[in-house]
Amino acid sequence: MIALSDYLILAAILFGLSVAGIFLNRKNVIILLMAIELMLLAVNMNFIAFSYFLGDTAGQVFVFFILTVAAAEAAIGLAILVVLFRNRQTINVQDLDSLKG
Amino acid sequence: MDFERFIFYVFAAILIYAAGRVITVRNPVHAALHLVLAFFTCAGLWLLLEAEFLAITLVLVYVGAVMVLFLFVVMMLDINASPLREGFIRYLPVGLVVATLIVLEMYLVVRARNFGVDSVAIPARHPEGYSNVREIGSVLYTDYVYPFEIASVILLVAIIAAIALTMRKRPETKSQNPAEQVAVKARDRVRVVEMKAEVKNR
Repeated sequence: MIALSDYLILAAILFGLSVAGIFLNRKNVIILLMAIELMLLAVNMNFIAFSYFLGDTAGQVFVFFILTVAAAEAAIGLAILVVLFRNRQTINVQDLDSLKG
Repeated sequence: MDFERFIFYVFAAILIYAAGRVITVRNPVHAALHLVLAFFTCAGLWLLLEAEFLAITLVLVYVGAVMVLFLFVVMMLDINASPLREGFIRYLPVGLVVATLIVLEMYLVVRARNFGVDSVAIPARHPEGYSNVREIGSVLYTDYVYPFEIASVILLVAIIAAIALTMRKRPETKSQNPAEQVAVKARDRVRVVEMKAEVKNR
């Protein structure tokens, strides 16, 4: 049988991979958004694993809300990306320095 | 090794492979497709955890909507990927070090000694006829009804924001104005000119 620690370690590896993805693809906004989606997936896996092993449905309800917010975030992020590309003809993070931050 | 464990390891291997390809592949379209594979595999793992409703939701909402949106945007933008890749090798060591440290730290917390079979007992499978959807619905519409409504408002805000951000008036596009079309009179269109007949001279 599969223990809770197996699921948690798998989710930890998934989270670590997405953190590495943010470091590696720091020029490409689209891959950055995908890495964020992977992170949310890892977190959701933790929630569901705990929900199953502790016998509490609240974890699954939380995953439901996280999915909702993540979908909204992806839609708005991609809309911003489209507007950005329309105005600057690039999605390179390095070129987005008009705020001089 | 029983069948369930075998399934878990196969799915875990596919999930890690897909996630690794998402962050290393050169073409953003391939990255999006590998992300779809990761979501599918994760849905399979969630089925092992008896979260059937969320597994189906993940496939429907993420693979069906969000990833299709990603693919649309990736294909719509004309991206030259090569300048976006520079720095990949440069940031590879620091990325690997940080990721390894994070995984190591999390492993120290969640390893089998703390969350193994001895600490957290494996629950019994639900009996036949058990409905995961019914159980989620029974708490979602009672205890979590206000968060549920707030979630719907968040989705509405997302719809409006996405449309408001991307909508624009382009001067070169041609469109019809039905009000003007209906209000037009015959004299606006046809001009009757009176003139004498002319003789063709040859």
